Amino acid sequence: MSWLPKSRKARRRLTLLAVIAPILALAVGLALWGLRDSISFFYTPSQARAANPPPGRSVQLGGMVKAGSVVKHPDGQVDFVVADQHASDRVSFHGDLPDLFREGQGVVAVGAYRADGVFEAKRVLAKHDERYMPREVAKALKAQGEWRGDGSVPDYAKASPK
Amino acid sequence: MIAELGAFALVLAFALSFAQTGLSTAARLRRSPVLAAAGEGAALAAALAVAAAFAALMHAFATSDFSVANVAANSHSAKPMLYKIAGTWGSHEGSMLLWCLALTGFGAAMAGFGRNLPAGLKACAVAVQGALGSLFLAYTVFASNPLTRIAAPPVEGRSLNPLLQDPALAVHPPMLYAGYVGMSVVFSLAVAALIEGRVDAAWARWVRPWTLMAWSALTVGITLGAFWAYYELGWGGWWFWDPVENASFMPWLAATALLHSAVVTEKRGALGGWTVFLAIAAFTFSMLGAFLVRSGVLTSVHAFAVDPKRGILLLMILGATAGGAFALFAWRAPALKPGGLFAPISRESALVLNNILLAAATATVLLGTLYPLIREAATGEAISVGPPYFNLTFTPLMAALLILLPAGPFLAWKRGDIAGVAQRLWVAVLLATVAGLGVWALADPHHAWGAAGMALGAWLILGALAELAERTVRRAPGETWRRLSGLPRGAWGMTLAHVGLGVFVLGACFETSWKQEAAEVLPIGGQMDVGAYHLILDSVGQADGPNYDAERATIRATRAGAAVCTGRPERRFYPTGGQTTSEVAICTKGFSHLYLVLGERRAAEGKPVWLVRAYWNPLALLIFLGPAVMALGGLVSLSDRRLRLGVARRQAAA
Repeated sequence: MSWLPKSRKARRRLTLLAVIAPILALAVGLALWGLRDSISFFYTPSQARAANPPPGRSVQLGGMVKAGSVVKHPDGQVDFVVADQHASDRVSFHGDLPDLFREGQGVVAVGAYRADGVFEAKRVLAKHDERYMPREVAKALKAQGEWRGDGSVPDYAKASPK
Repeated sequence: MIAELGAFALVLAFALSFAQTGLSTAARLRRSPVLAAAGEGAALAAALAVAAAFAALMHAFATSDFSVANVAANSHSAKPMLYKIAGTWGSHEGSMLLWCLALTGFGAAMAGFGRNLPAGLKACAVAVQGALGSLFLAYTVFASNPLTRIAAPPVEGRSLNPLLQDPALAVHPPMLYAGYVGMSVVFSLAVAALIEGRVDAAWARWVRPWTLMAWSALTVGITLGAFWAYYELGWGGWWFWDPVENASFMPWLAATALLHSAVVTEKRGALGGWTVFLAIAAFTFSMLGAFLVRSGVLTSVHAFAVDPKRGILLLMILGATAGGAFALFAWRAPALKPGGLFAPISRESALVLNNILLAAATATVLLGTLYPLIREAATGEAISVGPPYFNLTFTPLMAALLILLPAGPFLAWKRGDIAGVAQRLWVAVLLATVAGLGVWALADPHHAWGAAGMALGAWLILGALAELAERTVRRAPGETWRRLSGLPRGAWGMTLAHVGLGVFVLGACFETSWKQEAAEVLPIGGQMDVGAYHLILDSVGQADGPNYDAERATIRATRAGAAVCTGRPERRFYPTGGQTTSEVAICTKGFSHLYLVLGERRAAEGKPVWLVRAYWNPLALLIFLGPAVMALGGLVSLSDRRLRLGVARRQAAA
């Protein structure tokens, strides 16, 4: 093994490097792979329209729950509409709505779009702070210039006249 | 009046911490024992002052004094006493005070119990601890004082979030903070060692008990948090890779690495620089956690009510302390004496490998936790990193670590013998493989990863027991007994911790792979199945508590016709905050849980129906028992005589 460095110390360093390098490479590789494939994007309905995520891809849909749009079926299914200023999406969810779910307030649904364009939510998050506004929703709505401060219900989230 | 005294005590504590830093620094510069004693006295006084402030806040909560802003925002006169007291640390401000109490308390403990520490090192460490105390106390006094009054006190408080009104969560923050802040002592000792330019076995022997204490407390704290999430959130899960959970997990991982690298520094004098680095990193992660939880930069289900101003201040504290410590490390670490040499196959190498894998795992968790921030800053896109990322990155690294783990304790220091290890462990390998294959063949449905997890858990437990047997079991029972009773507590602690880890792996893998869930809308008398169990909704009645209204269901579970248990899940409505929570019912069968959740009432064809969710969580109890055994191992190890007497004996010998 004449190609190894002569000093014991240098040899020890080389061994250490030989052990660390593959583990580090593994960790970095896994992390990059993981960050490419298993992150989920946050969209409001109009952002989702623009980005057009493929059906089945896990994303988060945030916006305001349109007042009067919540329909609770007896089999446990819940349908509601999540809206921002320009677009709205129908959301279908099977299960218990969180404690802070309110009509006319902000919500984040985690799930995926179905092929028919309905958002199938696996989980609905509304467990944000007492202002009833998830951070991403507030930010996205501010960017659309349609933010009137805490607690006010924008026009598009109000019940449409029947 | 008492609140004012408390507020005064808090300001006094800030001044005392400041004095502690000044006096101890002067003591180190002039090598004056008088000034050092004064600095230590200031540390003790600061701890007492914070304790007085904390007692004052607790008194305000216990007596529902709504003229104190924090009490008005987080308490309610109808709340049970336990939760009034737990409300002391239920909010951001109160928990910051708890943090300061732990910080100054540990500083006082170090000043009081550290009689055997070299004088210079001790003065430095007390000074650093005082600086940390001054920073956090200044933050608490000036930016989030829990004892400020309001001009117009309300008649009734706004109450604590009902989800937090739970026995596990009343104990969870104190344990967690004992762990987080316990790392501050290790941090101070590390910075002091860098200033003194000496990292040796005696230093490592001082670091170990503090790390063990903090690690054990953190283990219990995280487990209680996971247990709370398990039965209070009603989602049937116990770990969600939520940013706040990660924030508590990263210091734990760093502390685990530190525990192992400190062994090498203590026994062999090697890895001194790395141990110091980990000691600084562990408390840095604790502070990062405090920042992430309180600033609201990451969306989490656990966050406190958020105020960006707090975040900036905490970020400044984090930058100043961690930045200063790491800069000092970069400057001074190259001057540290390198330790003894060791062969590539040796106990040292095994522990180095343990540290590399733990560090890599910590880095992946850190990246996953902060990536949404990085991404948002770089591209403006909002994303979230969820369990799939962590399953892909963290799990393989941990699996590699766990596969190698049982071999480590069998290797000799300096130069080990792999063939000898294989010879002594082949029975454990065989049994673990058989266990894995057995589970794969018997469990329905077949689940290869789950079975591999079972084999891994069995391997950890058998490996730890094999190591114990190797050290103690001899042909003569008397000799075995003599060796067992003569085994140092540190060795028992290690065995317990590794067995506990194995128990956790068994529970976590089995539960994840073979859990079953079902959700049905049931009228009274309705029936559903989950796993092998048949559930009947017998009745739903009113069950109001002191500060809530509730519906309570009676659900009968049978298996093959025989009655198994009756669960009574509740759905509670707290009128104060207008919030609803569900109180799950858990039937424990052996180590497995039948987990029942009552959903909201609906109407179908004029009759009331309820959404009932049921989970069969096999071996779920092991998930929480395993860490409990690990923490017990930490405490047993902490009681080792070596850690108390070692330094004194060493000094006497020198």
